[in-house]
Amino acid sequence: MWKKLILSASLAAFGGFLLIWAVFPRSPITASTMAALADPNLENGARVFWAGGCASCHAANGAEGEARLILAGGRAFETEFGTFYAPNISPDATAGIGDWTMAQFLRAMQHGRGPNGLPLYPAFPYTAYRLADPQDMADLYGYLQSLPADPSLSRDHDLTFPFNIRPALFFWQALYLERGYAVTAPLSDEALRGRYLVEALAHCGECHTSRGALGAVDHGAWLRGAPNPSGQGRIPPLTPDELTWPKDEIAAYLNDGFTPSFDSAGGHMVDVIRNMAMLQPDDRAAIAQYLKELP
Amino acid sequence: MTFSASFTTKSILLAAALAMAGLPAIANEGAIGARQGQFKIMALNIGVLGGMARGTVEYDAAQAQIAADNLAAISQLNQAFNWPEGSDMMAATTNRALPAIWENQDDFLAKWAAFGTAATGLQAAAGNGLEAMQAALGPVGGSCGACHDAYRQPQ
Repeated sequence: MWKKLILSASLAAFGGFLLIWAVFPRSPITASTMAALADPNLENGARVFWAGGCASCHAANGAEGEARLILAGGRAFETEFGTFYAPNISPDATAGIGDWTMAQFLRAMQHGRGPNGLPLYPAFPYTAYRLADPQDMADLYGYLQSLPADPSLSRDHDLTFPFNIRPALFFWQALYLERGYAVTAPLSDEALRGRYLVEALAHCGECHTSRGALGAVDHGAWLRGAPNPSGQGRIPPLTPDELTWPKDEIAAYLNDGFTPSFDSAGGHMVDVIRNMAMLQPDDRAAIAQYLKELP
Repeated sequence: MTFSASFTTKSILLAAALAMAGLPAIANEGAIGARQGQFKIMALNIGVLGGMARGTVEYDAAQAQIAADNLAAISQLNQAFNWPEGSDMMAATTNRALPAIWENQDDFLAKWAAFGTAATGLQAAAGNGLEAMQAALGPVGGSCGACHDAYRQPQ
């Protein structure tokens, strides 16, 4: 009796897995997508790198200056699902992504799949990068491959059951990968540029928006603040009813880290500002304008 | 009966113990207020320089020098009495000092010393024109951020 039950349950699970495998294309990056891409522009790749905040997770904890370009990974992120460890994304061929093709890179960035086709955990904010221009991703690929290689091996995530069952993420992705922009209300041209920077690259919503039961950010509470994922306190809201600083003060804060009363940024935002300070002034102004136009 | 009596006695003792455990937190209010005052003086003076650096206020070499001198002077204050044990963020609701300060005291003091180095550099440059002041203000802001990144809780 038990044997039969276990056998049929295993068969059902296996069948379900095969079905998922069949329904989800192995490589959603098509040849025509790849053919349309120009050779990577490393200067733009650097801009995407800083806007995307790659170093904040993939550089070593406390890294400053040039050390932020060594993307050895290892930083731990404790969540209710277990602990995630940022992987090595330096161009080391064994430990990092040095042997990834550009198509594999785009698939990871925009479809949340590893080189083996299996889903990646959304602690890596591919639901944001999904919205990015593929050419920006290609430029980023070129830029990352130009950075120093590091041989440190990536550490496996330490997750609790059932979150350690990676194929279950196919369902998560079916629910959350194709949601599009959080803000769909009409925006000025400048705020549209800001929306691209905030929603597709900088993934501000990952900390500034609260999450639902399955860990996806709640578009209905977009940038309205959230519990601090790495300790006590709250990550503040950014909507204009709450963040009442003038636009130019927001843009200046993103550059020098000082609030209008010249208090300084704290917590993880300090690291975010190190990234934002690498952008052009009109990028920071566009982000501020987007925040001012938030519903 | 005996049980409930002893239970009550224990409760009173426990309540008394808890109240006494709360006493040091109240005693630390002076230190919390003092260090917050120190940071407010820093913010006021950084604001003078920051306004010039951002271009919202015209650069004035004499004013910039005063602000930089003040920051350098504050950076030389010995922090020995500002951070007593038990004055972390649990001690007062307006206080965001993380317990990590007391777990990594050497690093915490190294970060204060880094502010001192940056403030001394700013003191040497603040009167030498807007660009020199801007360049020297960056490391000061960086030293604020480095410490707040590790040791101050977000809002």
